[in-house]
Amino acid sequence: MPIAKVNGVEIEFEPGMTVLQVAELAGEEIPRFCYHERLSIAGNCRMCLVEVKPGPPKPQASCALPAADKQEIFTNTPMVKKAREGVMEFLLINHPLDCPICDQGGECDLQDEAMGYGRDDSRYVENKRAVEEKFMGPLIKTTMTRCIQCTRCVRFATEIAGVSDLGLIGRGEDAEITTYLEQAVASELSGNLADICPVGALTHKPWAFNYRPWELKKTESVDVMDALGSAIRVDARGPEVMRILPRVNEAINEEWLADKSRYAVDGLMRQRLDRPYVRVGGKLVEATWAQAFAAVAGKIKATAPDRIGVIAGDLSAAEEMKAALDLFTALGVKSIDCRQDGSALHPKWGRESYLFNSTIQGIEDADAIMLIGTNPRIEAPLVNARIRKRWIRGDVLVGVVGEQADLTFPYTYLGAGVDSLKRFVDHGPIQKEKPIFILGAGAFARPDGAAILAMAAEAAGSMGLVKDGWNGFNVLHTAASRVGGLDMGFVPAEGGKTALQMVEKGGADVLFLLGADEIDLGQTDAFVIYMGSHGDAGAHRADVVLPGAAYTEKPGLYVNTEGRTQMAERAIFPKGEAKEDWTILRALSDELGARLPYDTIEQLRDKLITDHPTFGQIDYAPGHASAAAFDLMAVGEKGETTDAPFVSPVKDFYLTNPIARASRTMAECSSLHAGASKMAAE
Amino acid sequence: MVGILEDKDRIFLNLYGFHDWSLEAAKKRGAWNATPDMIALGRDWVTGQIKNSGLRGRGGAGFGTGLKWTFMPKEVKEGKPHYLVVNADESEPGTCKDREIMRHDPHLLIEGCLLASFAMQAHTCFVYLRGEYVREREILEMAVKEAYEAKLIGKGNIHGWDFDLVVHHGAGAYICGEETALLESLEGKKGQPRLKPPFPAGAGVYGCPTTVNNVESIAVVGTILRRGADWFAGFGRPNNTGTKLMCISGHVNKPCNVEEAMSIPMKQLLEEHCGGIRGGWGNLKAVIPGGSSVRMIPAHEAETALMDFDSLSALKSGLGTAAVIVMDQSTDLIRAIARISYFYKHESCGQCTPCREGTGWMWRVMERMASGQADPKEIDMLLEVTTQVEGHTICALGDAAAWPIQGLFRHFRPEVEARIASYRSGKPHVQGVTLVAAE
Repeated sequence: MPIAKVNGVEIEFEPGMTVLQVAELAGEEIPRFCYHERLSIAGNCRMCLVEVKPGPPKPQASCALPAADKQEIFTNTPMVKKAREGVMEFLLINHPLDCPICDQGGECDLQDEAMGYGRDDSRYVENKRAVEEKFMGPLIKTTMTRCIQCTRCVRFATEIAGVSDLGLIGRGEDAEITTYLEQAVASELSGNLADICPVGALTHKPWAFNYRPWELKKTESVDVMDALGSAIRVDARGPEVMRILPRVNEAINEEWLADKSRYAVDGLMRQRLDRPYVRVGGKLVEATWAQAFAAVAGKIKATAPDRIGVIAGDLSAAEEMKAALDLFTALGVKSIDCRQDGSALHPKWGRESYLFNSTIQGIEDADAIMLIGTNPRIEAPLVNARIRKRWIRGDVLVGVVGEQADLTFPYTYLGAGVDSLKRFVDHGPIQKEKPIFILGAGAFARPDGAAILAMAAEAAGSMGLVKDGWNGFNVLHTAASRVGGLDMGFVPAEGGKTALQMVEKGGADVLFLLGADEIDLGQTDAFVIYMGSHGDAGAHRADVVLPGAAYTEKPGLYVNTEGRTQMAERAIFPKGEAKEDWTILRALSDELGARLPYDTIEQLRDKLITDHPTFGQIDYAPGHASAAAFDLMAVGEKGETTDAPFVSPVKDFYLTNPIARASRTMAECSSLHAGASKMAAE
Repeated sequence: MVGILEDKDRIFLNLYGFHDWSLEAAKKRGAWNATPDMIALGRDWVTGQIKNSGLRGRGGAGFGTGLKWTFMPKEVKEGKPHYLVVNADESEPGTCKDREIMRHDPHLLIEGCLLASFAMQAHTCFVYLRGEYVREREILEMAVKEAYEAKLIGKGNIHGWDFDLVVHHGAGAYICGEETALLESLEGKKGQPRLKPPFPAGAGVYGCPTTVNNVESIAVVGTILRRGADWFAGFGRPNNTGTKLMCISGHVNKPCNVEEAMSIPMKQLLEEHCGGIRGGWGNLKAVIPGGSSVRMIPAHEAETALMDFDSLSALKSGLGTAAVIVMDQSTDLIRAIARISYFYKHESCGQCTPCREGTGWMWRVMERMASGQADPKEIDMLLEVTTQVEGHTICALGDAAAWPIQGLFRHFRPEVEARIASYRSGKPHVQGVTLVAAE
């Protein structure tokens, strides 16, 4: 490996690295504004200047300069310091002195670097430049006078998000970042614009003037708004979550976060169930825990186990599902289901049959990608971003069977439904090294889902998607709880009913819902017990409401679509009288005379891991290792299929769960988005 | 005789447009003469001749043209064709040489394009024309059409080297004369300079090996090859050889464009070709010798300066495009430099920080200095600002904006100080003045 000298210290580096990277490798910090490791190099802020020998006798922009063998790099010479101070002065002459009212204050790159390279006074006596505000939608607040034209936002929008809504117009000191037509940024990843902005030009509109970063308690946790389990940091002040920011997790979200995961936080303060309710005379009235438990226990004891149904919702942690599973199985209940969307996935066909086996990172290795019955842009925006990242690198086939949506990258459209999928069954091996299928709920969450699953697996076998060291059969879930539920067998026992059968008229006499809000409760005549955090569809129909905790208010295990078990942490306490969900079930088990054998969450997790060892493998995704044991022919059940087209179950990206539906920000995004598509249709 | 260069040694025989520019007339003047024979001698011979001639780039930077050609890859890689791009975005204030070539002697340029492309194994050449040059484009396009029809260029031409020439009309931005901004613009993108490395010879237009040359550098190639490198190298001082189009404007009696031998004394150039300074040599105040971006030199230095790269850079100025801007004693130099500063502020692309912010700052301070409304200590601050811009930018526009100001203060600082003092005298309300008065 080549060797360079950084301030006289020799350091080995990989060929192809830039001078900036080599200097960082040597432990030297290089100030920068425009450079971002995940974006293309612009080299325009000129803050990262260093001295390089051999080279011209002037400072060089280290972010764009390839490092060379035997190069000498100096980051602390007087020339470098003077050059950086000069650049800093230029950046500041037209930058407003409004740090005290700027939301970026305290986490502003410009502020930080000014401490090192700024002057203590200003030599600039002319008027400062003012730039007109721009409208970028309900999520991004602009204060364009603060902009330093680093173009990170333009590069993020064009390269990562795949929308050409942002650009730099004008020239010289009149250059401005704009959305051209004053329209909202049409991306599900727009919140990241505020993250990458090194100054306070783009900030988070929903959180404007709400907090100062140093007054927040930061808790590292896991996102539940989709099935990816993106790494997040929950920033709370007192009892309120003020904001959610992404953490770096190369395997899942890199350092991005989808808008819903980020901005639905105001939903955590609205429509909350903060005390138990019992329906009396057709109306829900406030009750004590004792009254609510009495009502629940009385009803369950009086009902035959085969007339009781249990449905887990999309946001449930593994702990409460395990507690519910243990409790109701002990009571003899067979109708237990975590698949409220009616999907045909089942643990009996092996874990590989419902996992995203190639892993999200593995998308970058794939050379042929087939999307079946899924619109990743709204079901899992970060998977979409990965596919786009792969597409940008080139030499990849992307095909779609299902909805013909704008995915931010071009693809070959192969048809709408089963007929198109059928053609792959006899296709024969594909001339690609690493092909993958991404199967969405649009394909398997329908009455003929099991048959479609079998067909897809057969096609995968025929095309050679699963082989030694490569497992290209991927299921993209839409719910954070689903894989955990399937892993622990939260599915109907022999003779039990599925979720959709339970909610039919006469399907059950008692329904116990663990935060299940996305299932149609219009037909059921059962006594409904709803345990959850938000007053949404389930609570609306419930006869007894047991207030639970939202995902920021309890520790919990979530298994993402790759089969990766991750641990979420509690950032704040549950609201009012609400309790962590598993403790409610534990207390209820006493009332029902079937005491659960655990008193602490550690004991509960021990039991869970003993019964299902995969829950003990924190942060581990099986990935391609599962290929050898994967029997594709055993997946699904062959049968009749209808020719209905595959339709994504996610109708509105911004309103997929009770927290998002309670969020004012998400409602605003949703209506804006609906309006935009209407206008486009006109 | 007027000047040094004899008529027999002129390359641009129709510089003033007294004759016909068309193919027939150009052929009579020597263009397209023996071109197939030169191509038959091979590209190494062509490159060697240009190297030996000592031709330095005529666009301002003065980099050896032959040497530049050798930076192109020796072999053409599959899918990476070579390109020649001719920079005809002549926008430097004071410069008006390339337009005369394009509208009066276009065939010399077209022939040069063919020969240079042949030397670099390029089959396509783009001529990027300045947006304001509409007539020049019309004539150049007609000339190209003539050449195609005469099978001088195009597929299967008489020279046996398939060659296409595309005239691309820019939109009139000064920055697009910077070679990488030009390539961006040529590709249909916003004209902003690229980061170097990679240099165009490695990855230029459409990511393929590209050489960007000035119109004049290319237009002289045919004649150099016809008359030999030694002939061309016989003019001027070593390292500053050849003939050069010089554009003299400003306070001379007869502003003109003239082809002269390199290293002609500036005084001789001005006296003999331009009829002398308005009001005589003694009335000369300063000269900007190479287009607005180089530092000015005062009259006493102009007395001895030679019109070549080395002599002028020894005077901390530069030959640039040899666009001599003459300013006599009546000139308000501070106002002139303030106007030049405004030009660079207006033409800065806004990509990188020092130039985007610095050009505006420098212009504003210059404006105040022109009217005297400045503080004497701001002079040093302004000079420091120029050094903060110079050498810290992606392209050379930052340098170009800094140099005129540096040139002014290098030679005429007392004039600025006097301007400020005279504004302040008798104005006790101006900050700082009363303090001085009280002492």
